Parts: sequence; C-alpha cells; structure tokens
Amino acid sequence: MNRLFSAFALAVFAQGAAADPDPADWDAVLQDARGQTVYWNAWGGSTATNDFIRWAGDQVQQRHGVVVEHVKLSDTADAVSRVLAEKTAGKDAGGAVDLIWINGANFAAMKEAGLLFGPWAENLPNWPLVDIEGKPAVTSDFTVPTEGLESPWAMAQVVFYHDSARLPEPPRSIPALLEWAAAHPGRFTFPQPPDFLGTTFLKQALYGLAEDPALLQTPVEETDYAAVTAPLWAFLDDLTPNLWRRGRAYPQTGPRQLQLMADGEIDLALSFSPGEASTAIANGELPDTVRTFVIDGGTIGNASFVAIPYNATAKAGAMVLADFLLSPEAQARAQDPAVLGYGTVLATNRLDPADRALFDALELGIATLTPVELGPALPEPHPSWAVALEKDWSARFGVAQ
Amino acid sequence: MRLAPALTLVLLLGPVLAGLAGTLAPALGLFPALGGRSLSLAPAMALLDWPGLVPAARLSVTTGLAATALSLAITALIMAGWSGTRAFRWMERALSPLLSVPHAAAAFGIAFLIAPSGWISRALSPWATDWHHPPDLLIVQDPWGIAMVLGLVAKEVPFLLLMTLAALPQAMPRRSLTIAQSLGYCRVTGWLKAVFPRIYAQIRLPVYAVLAYSMSVVDVAIILGPNTPPPLAVQVVRWMGDPDLTMRFQAAAGAVLQLALVVVVLTLWRLGEGVAGRLGKSWIARGGRGRFDHALGLAGMAAATLTAGAVLLGLAGLALWSVAGFWTFPDAWPDSLTLRAWMRHAPGLRDPVLETVIIALAATLIALALTLACLQAEHRFGLSPGARSLWLLYLPLLIPQIAFLPGLQTLALIAGADMGRGVVILGHVVFVLPYVFLSLGDPFRKWDTRHATIAAALGAAPRRTFWAIRLPMLLAPVLTAAAVGFGVSVGQYLPTLLIGGGRVQTLTTEAVALASGGDRRVIGIYALAQTGVVILGFAAALLLPRLAWANRHALRAAA
Repeated sequence: MNRLFSAFALAVFAQGAAADPDPADWDAVLQDARGQTVYWNAWGGSTATNDFIRWAGDQVQQRHGVVVEHVKLSDTADAVSRVLAEKTAGKDAGGAVDLIWINGANFAAMKEAGLLFGPWAENLPNWPLVDIEGKPAVTSDFTVPTEGLESPWAMAQVVFYHDSARLPEPPRSIPALLEWAAAHPGRFTFPQPPDFLGTTFLKQALYGLAEDPALLQTPVEETDYAAVTAPLWAFLDDLTPNLWRRGRAYPQTGPRQLQLMADGEIDLALSFSPGEASTAIANGELPDTVRTFVIDGGTIGNASFVAIPYNATAKAGAMVLADFLLSPEAQARAQDPAVLGYGTVLATNRLDPADRALFDALELGIATLTPVELGPALPEPHPSWAVALEKDWSARFGVAQ
Repeated sequence: MRLAPALTLVLLLGPVLAGLAGTLAPALGLFPALGGRSLSLAPAMALLDWPGLVPAARLSVTTGLAATALSLAITALIMAGWSGTRAFRWMERALSPLLSVPHAAAAFGIAFLIAPSGWISRALSPWATDWHHPPDLLIVQDPWGIAMVLGLVAKEVPFLLLMTLAALPQAMPRRSLTIAQSLGYCRVTGWLKAVFPRIYAQIRLPVYAVLAYSMSVVDVAIILGPNTPPPLAVQVVRWMGDPDLTMRFQAAAGAVLQLALVVVVLTLWRLGEGVAGRLGKSWIARGGRGRFDHALGLAGMAAATLTAGAVLLGLAGLALWSVAGFWTFPDAWPDSLTLRAWMRHAPGLRDPVLETVIIALAATLIALALTLACLQAEHRFGLSPGARSLWLLYLPLLIPQIAFLPGLQTLALIAGADMGRGVVILGHVVFVLPYVFLSLGDPFRKWDTRHATIAAALGAAPRRTFWAIRLPMLLAPVLTAAAVGFGVSVGQYLPTLLIGGGRVQTLTTEAVALASGGDRRVIGIYALAQTGVVILGFAAALLLPRLAWANRHALRAAA
C-alpha cells in the first residue's frame, strides 16, 4: 500500500515537474501554450469587465491559439478556496484554476501558504514596459513584495462620485464628509466591510484622520493600534447614525452603490476605478449628471494583478494571457472609458510612437478626472491593517443591529 | 433490480456523510494544508468569541420558524377554503410558473418591489406620497428579517401546495368534508378539523425540508435578509471566503453549529406537533362549527394572492429592467425601452443554457431510473420502505448544504473525481432524487395492480408488464416528477460551483456571479432565462401526455 502510494506520488510529482514551463524560455512557453485552455478565475459582477475579458480571450486565441474560459466568480475567495481544497487533497498538478485576478490580502494569503507558481512575471516580454519607478504599487501589493509571483494589469485609485444635479458641491475631506452627512442624513453609505471597497473606505478615512499616516506602512503589531485608530472610531461613531439606513444595513458590494445612486437613494459613493462612473453613464446605469472627484490629501491607489496557482494545468497559456494583458493594445483598451476605464500599468513615455498614439487618442469620458486632477496615489497600508480594521469594524458596527 | 434501493441509498447518503466528515474535521482543528494536524477546540472558541454569534443564530431560528409556520398556515387555509373551486384551479395553474422562478431571482424581484425606491413606491410617487427622493426606510434587509421571511414564504407556499396536492387523494378529503358539512361545520373549519390532520401526517417531511432550508438559506438571506449581523449561514459563507485562510476553521465550526441548530429546531418542531395535536383535539372536541370561517377563507386567499403576486410582479419588474433605458426614481416606467442589454448578453447565454440542460436532463434521468427501479422492486419483492428509509431519502434536504458540500468537495478531490460535468451530475442527483421520489412515489403505488394481474394472466412477464403497461399508463406523473427534478437541478448553485471547480458553468452559477454586481438588467435577463428553462420542462410534462395519448382521455392529465 505504502509503496503503491509513493509510486503514485512520484508519478504525480514527476508529471508536475515535467509540465512546468520555464518562463525564461519564452519561445517554449508560446509553443506549450498553443492549444491550451486557460480557466481565468475573475470576479464576474461587472458587465464591462466581463466584456473586456471576452475580448482578451478572443485576441489570445487568434494570436497564440490559447483558449480562455472566464470562470465568473462572485468572490475571488472562491478561487483561493478551490486551490486550497486541491492542496488539502494532495492534488498538486492538474488544478482547476489557471489564472486568478487577485490583489491585496488574497495574494498575501496565497503567497504565505505557498499556493502560487513562479516567479514568472518579470520574464514576460512586455515586462520592461511596466512603469516600476512611477507606480511602485506594481511590485509591492499592499506593501507585500510581488517577487514575480503575480503580474499587474490595471491601476486602480479610490475616487468618489456624486450626482451634480442633487449635490453640486461635494465634501472634499474626511472631516467635511462627516459634517455634510450630519446635515444630510441617510445620503451616504459604503460597502460593508469585509468587502474590499468598504475596507478601503476605512483605510482612506484613517489616512485622513491619523496623526502619522506613515505608520500604516508598518505591520499593525509594530504600532500602537488603539492610539492610531482612535480618531477613526470616533469619526465612525459620529458618522454611522447619519449613514443610509442609519448604518443598520449596507450595500454588500461596490457596484451596488451604482444602483443606489441611480435609484436616488444616495448622493455620494466611492469606487476603486476612476473610470467607473463614465462607463456606467455610457451603459445607462447612471445619469449623465454624475461626476467624479477625489478628496484633498490624495486617495489610496493599488494595482490589480493576475497570479498562477502552483498546481495550475495551463501555466504556459496563463503566462501568454498575462503577457497579452500587458501589451499596449490591451492596456489602451482597458483604459478606454467606453470599455473599462482602468488606469494603465505601463510607462507610456517608454512606448514607441504608434503605441503611444493609442493612449493619446483616448477620450477620458464625461465623468473621468485627468491624471493631474486625480493626483498622486497614496500607497496601500500593510495587509495587517485591513485584517485588523475589518475585525474591529465588524465587532463595533457589523453586529450592532 | 433487488439492489436498486441499496444503490440509491449509497448514492444519496454516501456524499452527505462523507461531506459531513469533511466539515467536522476542520471544526475540530484538523486541516493539514493549513497546518491543523491535531485535535483542538480553538475553532469552537473562536466561533464563541465572535460578538455576532447570538443574534446570528437567533435570526437563523426565528426566520426559519416564521417562514415555515407562515407557509404551512397559508397552504392549509388555501386548501381549506378553496380546494375544488374555480379560483383554486386557477391557482393550480399558476403553480408551475411559481415553482420555476429560482429563489434568488424571486428575492431580487421582491427587493425591487418593496424597497423604498422600488416599483410600488415609484408607482405612488410623487403624486400620492410627495416623495421626490426615496425615503430612508429600512424595509429590505430589516434587522428582524421580515423581508426575508416574505421572500421565503412566497417560494415555499407553492412547494407545500404541490406536496399537499400530491397527498390529497390518499386523505380522501371530499368524503370527510361532506360529512363534516352535513354535521353543520363550515367549510374551512370542517376541512381543518377533519382533513388537515391526515394531510399533515403526509406532508410532514416536506415541511421539515422547508424548515431546514429556511434556517440555512444563503442567497435569499444575502438579498433580503439583515446583514448587521446576517443569519448564521451567511456568516459561515463569508468566513469561508475570507482572505485569511485560517478563518476556514471557524467557518467549519460555524457550519457544525448551523447543523446542530437545524437538528434542535427540527426536534422542537416535532415535539410541537404533539402539543399542537393535543390542542387541536380539544378544539375539535369543543365542536365549534366555525365562527370566523369566512374571514379565514378570505385571509388565506389574500395571503396566497399576495405571495404569488410578489413573485410574479417581481419577475415582471426584472423583465422590464432587462429592456429598460435609464430608469430612475420616481418614474414608474423607464425613460425608454432598448434591447441593448439583451444584445450584449444573449451570446453569453448559449453555452450556460446548453450546460444547464445537459446536466439537468442527465441528473433527472438517473434519478428517474433509480426511483422507478426502487418502486418496481418494492412492488415485485415487497421491499417496502419503512418510515425510516423515507427519512434517509430526505436527509440531503434536511442537512444544510453548507454543512456538507465543502467537505464533499475535498473528498471528491482526494478520490480524484472532480471537475467534470459527470461528477457535477452525480452531485445534482443527490438533490434531485428525493424530489423525484416524492413526486412519483404515490402515483406509482396508486396504480391499480389488477392491470398487472390481467397482463400476467395473458402471459406477460413482469418486465413486459412494466414497460408495456405500467410505464405508459404512468407517463403523465413520470413526466411531472421529471419536470420537478429538472427544476431542482437547474437551481443548484453550491454543488455546481464546488464540485465543478468553477469549470462547469450553468445558468445559475453565471447568474449568481453576475448578480454580485447588482446590475438589475443582467439579473433580469438571467432570471428570465432560468425561469424559462424550467417552465419549458413543466410545459413538456403537460403537453407530451396530451400528444402521446390524444385518444386516451384518462391518461392525458398530469398527476
């Protein structure tokens, strides 16, 4: 029995080792990839993103013979759970997930649990175009070094949007938001933490209230957590009674705010995609009087990545897809507000003129800020802050009834 | 044939028991991939430390009990007040469409109806309410779970009605009612006193299934239920999705607690039956002929209309959204109508529709074959199922899905069987089979065995009797059972996602993923597609017997 098992294990491992492509040998990767089917696990709640993924899949199929299947997730954690279940069961090759749209806490957890393949990202042919100096978030995911285990494909930055027909002059700082909410109770809310956008709101508020925001870059354990967050809880104690539904119910995801805004239930919402409002206007999901703004002092920015699980079946195909996502063509399309409105991860000044023209030709969209208006992105706090804030918020407000 | 009952039980209970083991282990600290290698009480302690535990558990119990009691009461009042009338026949016709609407779609539709910015409020604003902005009222997601109970009742009443209709012939209601009425009892009171006790004995298991389902439902709870804190089952799903992988331990402990809650509440309900029976007996013995009879009948009709209306109007609202241009409060109608959303999503619908139909057909066929084999074995060898094996049949419906599906996923992976359509089909059989068996059992047993005696006398072997006489004669009920099973398969979310590894994409998995974005147009399209597929199944069950038996009047009606 024992011998049988080790023979079986050997067969599995040998197969796994032989199947792993070498990212440094790109021609071999392309060759391996041809004919593979890549199951790209990505959140499926946004029609615009789904359309973009379908387009990207069509492109890599035409160019490299890689078929892309979008596994639409209601939660990224479903894909993480899947890989974890496979590891539990000892299925170390032939896994169901080939590529995951991931960042932040999910990446940190998978990296720590050894669930990722790589390093591979810095071997991609398009990697030299990535703006590593100008956008530090592309190699430091919520302060966790990516170490080539994931490849960036879009930049995100927190923006707020408001309906200028109902609210011409929105509040432009966290304290001003509190004052405005007190004067207009029930007209603002945020997605319920631990939804990542809701947690981001907590972090953004902490940036605006903490005495020394630089502390957020260090792990929670190394700081005086109670003292650093005291102003945040005081702020939330005052804000919550003036939230939509007096803070007794929250939207469960970011896009739910679009519907609430369109229904006229709220006047102010936040988003992680600077182009989301313009895209939603184009799709008839928001009135064309909606405008985007950022608060003084800057807003949190981060990058979206794709990562390959350690036991993925189509690793070569997944790398080919990741490389295509970094191409100027795909990046320019993603930045087009009529498509997605995501910021590019490339250094556009390093592109050749023809590729640069793709970006220069983009119309920003009616509700999208120019890069100058958007201002500098604040770095994401260390992931331990998200965990601590979520837990604390849930205990204070999430079970309050 | 003799082995059919045993095989059926293995197929049903194997996955459930294996899955339970796979959940119990992490709840006790065993999860090697996450470093849990020894027994520990830490997951239980972490669960007890969660400040929302008591309200979340309480919500699970109160919403589950309220939804079940209300559904049962409404079902009884409709039957008591209206069975046999023309209004009732109209209601019977509405039954299959109501059963076809998936729970989540019904919940979304109801949310859009009753929300402060919803359809009802829009229709009344601003001319009647003077609302130019939606009022800030906590109607949907209220902390008591009233909206959630309404959503559950709207879907469970049709199910209990279907089950009651199936049980009706055995209870012989007409004779009892005639006698009761001749003794001066009013219609509703007479029915409740003379018929209901016998009906309840037969629909007891479906009622338990409703109770277990309502206590541990996830999708309806996320859409309509409270979320500060949510009912326990929702919180367990959230923990399972936490980026912090060690929360899986706490999630497993929560799932075990959810299972325990269901078991305790089911036991209490069982004890409550005794108390209600005693109270009912003294009520009957007092001999009241029915003072509020008319009011009770009307209340039943009003409640039934309300719940059916909520589902159908909600679906209509979603259908309108799917073709709506911009549509804001307080407009009762969209600015414009457009097919844009349909054009955009129609190409993406084809593959999931095919996958859904293939899986549902296969799972239904397997379930039908097993059911028929079991019933035929029962008929031929006298292997009659005791009350106990009926319980076993119901087990997959009584155990909360979150308590055994994650464990089942891990075990399927260890066995090396996963990810394919085939395994997903087997997973669906676990849930389809009980419903098929329930729907088909009584009509099959009711078949007049004198036909078999005559066939045998004419020299036909049992096999030939089955294929040439019994099955054709039972075509209508077989197809009805198939349609019910088909609908159950179409609605499965967690089994499809977990066993299929995300690679098997049905309408329901797509709908849930798309719905997480809250876009009502997409939700509307997928809700219509899901409902449409299931309705086609019911329509086939109604039409095929009429076509096949155009010249056999008595065989045409679906049972």
